[in-house]
Amino acid sequence: MDRVAEILPYRASWHECNDNHFVQSAGAGGAVVERVVNKEPRQIMNEAEMDQAMAKIAREIHKAVGNQDIVLLGIRTRGVPIAEWIAKKFHQLTDKTLPVGVLDINLYRDDLSEVDHQPVVKQTELPVSIHGKGVILVDDVLFTGRTIRAALDAVTDFGRPRFMQLAVVIDRGFRELPIHADYIGKTIKTTLAENVKVSIKGVDGENVVVVKTQK
Amino acid sequence: MAFTKHHLLRIADLTSRDIELILSTARSLKGISFRSVKKVPALRGKTVLNCFFESSTRTRTSFEIAAKRLSADTINFSSGGSSMSKGESVLDTIRNLNAMQPDIVVMRHQSSGLIGRIAAQVPQCHFINAGDGMHEHPTQALLDAMTIQEAKGKIRGLRVVILGDVTHSRVARSNILLLRKLGAHVRVAGPSTLLPPEVDALGVTHTTSVAAATEGADVVMVLRIQQERLGEFAFPSVREYARYYGLSAQHLERAAPHVVVLHPGPVNRGVELSPDVADGSSSLILDQVENGIAVRMASLYLLSGVREPVQ
Repeated sequence: MDRVAEILPYRASWHECNDNHFVQSAGAGGAVVERVVNKEPRQIMNEAEMDQAMAKIAREIHKAVGNQDIVLLGIRTRGVPIAEWIAKKFHQLTDKTLPVGVLDINLYRDDLSEVDHQPVVKQTELPVSIHGKGVILVDDVLFTGRTIRAALDAVTDFGRPRFMQLAVVIDRGFRELPIHADYIGKTIKTTLAENVKVSIKGVDGENVVVVKTQK
Repeated sequence: MAFTKHHLLRIADLTSRDIELILSTARSLKGISFRSVKKVPALRGKTVLNCFFESSTRTRTSFEIAAKRLSADTINFSSGGSSMSKGESVLDTIRNLNAMQPDIVVMRHQSSGLIGRIAAQVPQCHFINAGDGMHEHPTQALLDAMTIQEAKGKIRGLRVVILGDVTHSRVARSNILLLRKLGAHVRVAGPSTLLPPEVDALGVTHTTSVAAATEGADVVMVLRIQQERLGEFAFPSVREYARYYGLSAQHLERAAPHVVVLHPGPVNRGVELSPDVADGSSSLILDQVENGIAVRMASLYLLSGVREPVQ
């Protein structure tokens, strides 16, 4: 695991690695290994606060592009239930049902030639054609931006949306690419030694956002 | 769950989890072939060398399309018209081709077990066996399994008949191994001259009667009569084989409801398979071809992620 993290300082941003890596680099400069132990996990959002965040994102989407033909695309794994949550809030607000699709970005990752084993690929499921529509990508945490870059490529292979935007529950900083979110549940300050974990009931058993120092 | 095998040479090497991972990856990748942009960048910058020392249409094309849909570069090598006609050995040919730095070598050869031997000599490449003599044809068995799973929703517990020249068939061997690993009941049938004496050791039952074999079957896999591998001693004539061992619609009446028929191709129409069955509603032959691309994409994708060469 150490070796992987040294090659891939940003790898901790991928969902499947969140719990397994404790190493972070200081960015492009090279692998600086930090070990910080015995820091208590801090809770950033409880279920009610997450629900408010989804409502806020839904309101902002409604205000910005609510009169247009839009599709929510959740990025596997946790982006999908989050997109459905936002769609539910949007429906409560406007009575309009937004189509929700599922995007698997693994085939578009920029580190496929560096990982030790290929990530498990799942299907991308689009309920409607995205051609000419407004696509709003939905993910749990915005960190390096590399997932979103892959998502932009993945969406483009399915057609030419009129525009693409990004909604995330948490923006934690440390971007490695020129990417920003249009709708953010909460912006938090973190250090590179920390791991932001958005738990969703359908996947993790509870709705909560926690920041842990990686051990 | 990660794929850790360095080569894909034999179904015998795979665990049922490996097989399930390849099949689930193939199901995920299948949709790419039905998009308007039939390409993903997953294997960008990788080179796949297709080395076919024995003739092939389906498998070679399928591997080439699979590699291209994953954005790999493909090079096709066939022994006809190459320096092999000047007397170069297979191993020398492969070593030379290997010096051109391919990442994955897809190979077919008429000698059983040869690809495994060559793979051991060239450890820096991933090898995929696309059929070696009478030994194995792992991607064929995988695509058959994917097709059966699609049609039946499962493999465990199904009654599968493999009909024809079992002795000389790498397709039969790979399929028997795979279907047993995934829990199907397998019965082989054919003239006794074409049933290997040790076949029961693989956990299958055998019969020389097509009628008895197809009774209650969920899946019938028909094998091609391989004229190129058969002497004149296996059966008296092709007509006689067709009469006694060709699968016809009548046989299917005794099978389980919604029985499906598979054939690895190319079909000898009217010999091992009657045309009304080949073109009938139970035939999944074209689904097999479709799934062949998906299974090969999955194999290329998963192998290309494995780093450490096995010692």
